[in-house]
Amino acid sequence: MTLLWLIPVLPLLGATVLGLAGPTIGHRASAVIGTASVGIAALIAITIGVQWLQHPPPGEVFNQNLWTWVSLPGFSVNISLYLDPLAMLMTLVITIIGTLIHLFSTEYMQDDPGYSRFFAYLNLFVAAMLLLVLAGDLVILFVGWEGVGVCSYLLVGFWFSDSENGAAAQKSFIVTRIADIAMLAGLLLLSTQLGSLNIQAMLAAASAQWPQGGMLPELAAALLLIGGLGKSAQVPLQTWLPDAMAGPTPVSALIHAATMVTAGVYLVARTHVLFLLAPEVMRAIAIGGALTLLIAALAGLMQSDIKRVLAYSTMSQIGYMFLALGVGAWSAAMFHFLTHAVFKALLFLSAGAISMRLHHEQNIFTMGGLRTRLPAAFWAFLIGAASLAALPLVSAGFFSKEMILGEVWAYPNAALWAAGITGALLTAIYIFRAVFIVFFGPVTTEPSGAYGIRILLPLALLALAALTIGWLETPAFLGGRKIFSGFLTASTGAAGHHPVPVLITLAGCLAPLAGIAIAFALHRSGFWQAQATRSPNPLGRLLRSGCGFDAVYDVLLVRPYLSLVAALRHDPVDLISTGLAGAAIAAHRRLRATQTGRLRRYIAWITAGSVATIAMLLFA
Amino acid sequence: MSVPWPVPAALALALFLLGVLGLLTRKNLVFVLMSIEIMLNAAGLLFITAGMRWGNPDGQIMLIFVFNLAGAELALGLVLLLRLRNRLTTLDGDAANLLRDSA
Repeated sequence: MTLLWLIPVLPLLGATVLGLAGPTIGHRASAVIGTASVGIAALIAITIGVQWLQHPPPGEVFNQNLWTWVSLPGFSVNISLYLDPLAMLMTLVITIIGTLIHLFSTEYMQDDPGYSRFFAYLNLFVAAMLLLVLAGDLVILFVGWEGVGVCSYLLVGFWFSDSENGAAAQKSFIVTRIADIAMLAGLLLLSTQLGSLNIQAMLAAASAQWPQGGMLPELAAALLLIGGLGKSAQVPLQTWLPDAMAGPTPVSALIHAATMVTAGVYLVARTHVLFLLAPEVMRAIAIGGALTLLIAALAGLMQSDIKRVLAYSTMSQIGYMFLALGVGAWSAAMFHFLTHAVFKALLFLSAGAISMRLHHEQNIFTMGGLRTRLPAAFWAFLIGAASLAALPLVSAGFFSKEMILGEVWAYPNAALWAAGITGALLTAIYIFRAVFIVFFGPVTTEPSGAYGIRILLPLALLALAALTIGWLETPAFLGGRKIFSGFLTASTGAAGHHPVPVLITLAGCLAPLAGIAIAFALHRSGFWQAQATRSPNPLGRLLRSGCGFDAVYDVLLVRPYLSLVAALRHDPVDLISTGLAGAAIAAHRRLRATQTGRLRRYIAWITAGSVATIAMLLFA
Repeated sequence: MSVPWPVPAALALALFLLGVLGLLTRKNLVFVLMSIEIMLNAAGLLFITAGMRWGNPDGQIMLIFVFNLAGAELALGLVLLLRLRNRLTTLDGDAANLLRDSA
């Protein structure tokens, strides 16, 4: 367990080596260094996890103090790693799924000229993400937080020679940065009011000093929440995520599905003691989550790019996590994080596996009938889709979504539950729409090439996990197992399985089935395929654009900002000084004409001037 | 026995105007110098006239000063003139415009 510090350091080391020596060591060495650094970190994490289960440390917390970074009177920042069940869960997910995605990338990125650069960025991301989840101090957490933001920017714009990718990278960076300003303000508020940013000390001080529902805890929680909303692509800061799909597909799988975008969920779960003091903010989280999951699910129905379908589904599923957080179901949110990380990584990787065989085609309407041509990708995608749609019993997503819906039902607000169940129905429709369009019907494009073991192994392992990990936590009618929430108890408190009426459970089971049936019916009637050619009506266009947030922000924020920039480009404030100088220069030009060098003309002027002066003296 | 004071004053004014006219019309710098002398003498005559008018000897003292000044000025002016003739091989005042703005 004392090797904990190696977990974030190893990927950082890998990133350093690859960043400095990358182009000179060749593809093979880059792949080995990149994958091994994360892989060894994963092995250490697993070892620590096994030790943890056998002999949990006192209080189920392991604190590793490395050194003191800042030491001021009354305020100090320690570089310390804080491992508790919550951090353990995140670390395991990041390192294990990270290793699988690295392995996948070694084959997927085979022909890319930026091979070693890719692994350097990816390793750096893993290091920053691990720092984020293991941080014992909010300042260190913020360092990791910004680190993953930078890596996201670098990887979205990985193919920077296309300026559209660069624009997408900038958009993702700027939108999350706007959210981070609020988060930084929240950190400053917490540090000045509570005197410490060490997470546990801060939380203890908050619950000791602040009344529940007071102004300060509401404000601090709201500011932290805005940071989380930006990072996790929730309404109203969600617009960057669909564009972030410009990056390579493994990046979308690791950063924009499995790990980084769930950092907001982690932040809220980590500081949930503070959020419990802020009931209004909690309500806002639940409503925002419900709103996001509906908007994103509707947008998912209209996309034609397979990665954009998945991007909107990510948004929607994180909406579920926020909905769970908002009703105080911390372990349900983290459980959905776990299953989502698995099945969404699986979906993205299989989408990448499909498009790499189709010359990097991502438009689902140019695919078709791939079920027989790419059976491996088909089964992987189907399992992922079933899990995303929460197909009862056989998929992991079912158990976590059922847990969330049950907890939301217990929360006294039927509208939130209705949003959740509608979202579940829509989720099944849009993902199986993609399944039917891509894998069924006539073959439109013949795939080329073949898969190597480095593609198939991650898909197989993730598919296996997507089928089975749901059994860690089962609803009451399936035995009511509580392995997962029991593990998290030390971090998030005991999760009471609220008794849920049978009808509600049944609705949760039937919604995905109904969704799949609707998707199938529309597939049979040719409705989906017609979307490719038919120009959508205004409502369809609105949904396709993700409910027009981009257009609204363009009018409200981007254009005013750009016109302000255009106006300020020529320094209007400087007009005062440059105007004076200009007037002096113009006057100088006029007066210069009188300086002819002709003596007699000067004399004439002097005479005229003298006469005028005398005349004025005499007659004035 | 004496002329009334406006007569020499008018003469001084006429002389001064002649000098100014010479300054404005003459190109040759020798004539320009002569015009300046005429103007100085006009000023001197006005001093004498003023001294006569108020019965005060100060006007005559000033005339001596003016003569001194005129002599010094003439010496300096003629030296400058010679230098100019060496340099420009002319006495044309309009040719001496080397200090004008070149644009």
